[in-house]
Amino acid sequence: MNPLAMSDGLMSWSSLAPAVTEIWLVIAICYLLLVDVFAGERHRGLTPTLTLVVLAAGAALTVSCGHVTERTLLFNGLYVADELGYVLKLAALLVVAVALLYSRAYLAERGILRGEYYVLALTALLGICVLVSANSLLTVYLGVELLALSVYAMVAFDRDSGLSAEAAMKYFVLGAIASGALLYGMSLIYGLTGTLDLTQIAARAHAPLHLGVILGLVFIVVAVAFKLGAVPFHMWLPDVYEGAPTSVTLFIGTVPKIAYFALTLRLLAQGLAGTEAQWSQMLAPLAVLTLVVGNLVALVQTNIKRLLAYSTIANVGFIVLGFVAGTPDGYAAALFYTLAYVLVALGSFGVILLAGTRGFEADRLDDYRGLYQRDPLLALVMMMLMFSTAGVPIFVGFWAKLRIFQVLWESHHLWLVVIAAATSVVGAYYYLRVIKLMYFDDPQGSLPATTASAGVRLALALNAAAVVALGIRPGPLLDLCARLIH
Amino acid sequence: MHNLLSILIWLPIAAGVLVMLLGDRNIVAGRWVALLGSLATLLLAGPLWMHFDTSTAALQFPETLPWIPRFQAYYGLGVDGISMPLVVLTAFMTVPVVIAGWSVIQARPAQYFAAFLIMEGLMIGVFAATDALLFYFFWEAMLIPMFLIIGIWGGPRRVYATIKFFLYTFLGSVFMLAALIYMYVKSGNYSIAGLQALPLTLIEQRWIFVAFFLAFAVKVPMFPVHTWLPDAHVEAPTGGSVILAAIMLKMGGYGFLRFSLPITPDASRELDLAVIALSLIAVIYIGFVALVQQDMKKLIAYSSIAHMGFVTLGVFIVYQIVRNTGSLSGAGMGMDGAMVQMISHGLISGALFLCVGVLYDRVHSRQIADYGGVINTMPVFAAFFVLFALANTGLPGTSGFVGEFLVIIASFRASFWYALLAAVTLVLGAAYTLWLVKRVVFGPVANSKVAALQDLNGREFIVLGALAIAVLLVGVWPAPLLKVMQPTIQHLLTQAIATKL
Repeated sequence: MNPLAMSDGLMSWSSLAPAVTEIWLVIAICYLLLVDVFAGERHRGLTPTLTLVVLAAGAALTVSCGHVTERTLLFNGLYVADELGYVLKLAALLVVAVALLYSRAYLAERGILRGEYYVLALTALLGICVLVSANSLLTVYLGVELLALSVYAMVAFDRDSGLSAEAAMKYFVLGAIASGALLYGMSLIYGLTGTLDLTQIAARAHAPLHLGVILGLVFIVVAVAFKLGAVPFHMWLPDVYEGAPTSVTLFIGTVPKIAYFALTLRLLAQGLAGTEAQWSQMLAPLAVLTLVVGNLVALVQTNIKRLLAYSTIANVGFIVLGFVAGTPDGYAAALFYTLAYVLVALGSFGVILLAGTRGFEADRLDDYRGLYQRDPLLALVMMMLMFSTAGVPIFVGFWAKLRIFQVLWESHHLWLVVIAAATSVVGAYYYLRVIKLMYFDDPQGSLPATTASAGVRLALALNAAAVVALGIRPGPLLDLCARLIH
Repeated sequence: MHNLLSILIWLPIAAGVLVMLLGDRNIVAGRWVALLGSLATLLLAGPLWMHFDTSTAALQFPETLPWIPRFQAYYGLGVDGISMPLVVLTAFMTVPVVIAGWSVIQARPAQYFAAFLIMEGLMIGVFAATDALLFYFFWEAMLIPMFLIIGIWGGPRRVYATIKFFLYTFLGSVFMLAALIYMYVKSGNYSIAGLQALPLTLIEQRWIFVAFFLAFAVKVPMFPVHTWLPDAHVEAPTGGSVILAAIMLKMGGYGFLRFSLPITPDASRELDLAVIALSLIAVIYIGFVALVQQDMKKLIAYSSIAHMGFVTLGVFIVYQIVRNTGSLSGAGMGMDGAMVQMISHGLISGALFLCVGVLYDRVHSRQIADYGGVINTMPVFAAFFVLFALANTGLPGTSGFVGEFLVIIASFRASFWYALLAAVTLVLGAAYTLWLVKRVVFGPVANSKVAALQDLNGREFIVLGALAIAVLLVGVWPAPLLKVMQPTIQHLLTQAIATKL
């Protein structure tokens, strides 16, 4: 298929319609920057509100113009519009909106409610959208870097905090190394296949494989593992989660996971499908290490952000297992896991945000002692989310794990099933510990009352309700994930 | 009523959610909602028994709705002669728990009642599910309320006990899930009947048997994975202990009957001696352990493990009997005994924990040494306590006799030595139970606290009275219960004996 023929040289509005999300975001980002300059100190709340409007309008535009019924290539094959991208973009828009909604009071209380924060969130979102729709190594890299650079800046956003600056620095340096690895791997692949187009790479990179392709693949797998936070490329993750302002932890703990799922899918499962035997062999030990290290190290954490960071790592292990299976069902399972994880992480980091107040970060585990007595709703929501991540029915996390077990059995990975099952029991312990602190212990000293507004509480309650609803009726989401991949 | 089972599951859950929403501020209304909800469930369990057709082994009151089409998983419910009595037992035992907690629970009472009601629905779901995925769904979900019940309303070491309880059961269940998924991948659906009919090689059966065994042996609990139970029982509030002993332990036995025997008959036949050995160890060794306990709840907990040993013994001697006699005729007796033992133990252990609760509410101690001569100040209570204690030792005329007797008779057919070892329980059980009664109930008034005891109030009398009637009824006239189970057990026997190879 010649991509030039598809896009017809001349671009008309209708041919650009599938990319409406990105176009809208670019326009909105420019306007928001201007608005923020003119709004000044007095109207600090204007940009946050406008951002939510931008996201809502973006979702509306995506639904009305951006839907495609079949795989469509744009921009000379650099960009692909398909149903997967469409759904992931809508999910990302929603998650960003909810994350920003949870964060607003936190930012205001710490004096960092600035327009740039929202602009950076939108540029990160733009990066995610580009990545999700990438059909060329170039576009992939563009999306990855746009997302990463925005996020580095967000981590350092609280510029007076030494911890945040340190976290941002670590993230940036290590991220740069990963980007280097990604680029190097891409250059090898490009050199040996002679194309940047993922569709054509898929057609050219197949057995018998040139050794150079495998070498390039190694570098790409390293970069992907770094982005996902798979052991042993996970070192940045706990430090960044802990050091970043909690609202940023919420952000980087949720939306980028959607993007990195897409990165793994587009690069490895689609572009380098011919090397599936090789990369699934590389990913399998990574997944095992990730599960073991993530779950074991989480056991001894005293900071809840660090705890959830290691919990993220453990969950990434499951997502990688979906890819190890190496079948469309496996990718669908990984997608389901990613979406379920993002939904749960959104709520749990949201609870951390809302449990704190001015001058009280609520990031130590001890701060959660007796949370039930301080704020029953937060404790209830957190309990449900912890049970969900532990993989206990009636919550969505159960189905995510079940689906991964299923695809592993289908692809005959007996030992991976056993390891995943055993580590998830270890994992259950630290989730139970959080519940124990909230429900069984009494608060230490007098902690300030929580100040979350009714609207945010409602959002959090809906978030938890979604976790239960999807836990009782997972069918539609499972079907959707399967349809998107096949 | 074609959706009776759904009502039995969701009515208590709805009542529980309502109580939780009413909150601690409206606890007066909340208590009544809880009581009415549990009573209504019990009343609805009546028709389940009445309209149950005792001439067939087929699943009755069936319901099937599509649940997750992608997995071919159905919201499938139905009961047979094994599950129906357990559903009724669950509905029956929740009412005393609600009444017993009426005024005793001061901290977060709304959540207390809500947790028990929700758990009732989930437990009925476990027994009624005909789809393995739905079964697992209820089986795991049930852990959440129990975890909270022990952790929030438990004793001093409640946190240790509840986390141990959760992790033990979770560990077992995860491997059961892995086995279920394996069979799903082979067969393409999760229906229990489908899994029972699924052909499996001996190697597959062995692994699946081990996975199931991990899940069910922890739940029963069998030696050596029983150690969570004494901790959980001692620390749980009275209601929690009652439900744990009366219903949750039965799920292990139920699992063996529903999953292990029919799905992996050849592996069960091959590994039966191991299970029998573990059961006999539970009966004898744990009986000795019970003898030395200083804590009343711990003593009853160990007694539970010993009594549940009879259940697993009764289930697995079937293979030995068939090996010895070559006929099925006597084999059913072991299973009959196991089933009756489960029902009977549910009633008796629940009643004993309620008795301990009555004492604990007054004296705030579970140590045997803190009591003595209770009969002088609480004669009515003492009468009940002695009755349940005697039932626990297997006195003829009480339900405890029927189950143990059937199992011992059946084990004679299997081997004289099994029967001899199993019969040791008659001595040991009598020893630890009667010694407990002697030290707590009889003798002179031990101290000022015992001297100040008030006898049973109306609520407690009703609760213990109802349980006493049930214990005596099953003991004197077990025929209806046996009749209900008969066709299903016959069917199960043919499944368990048939080979899949």
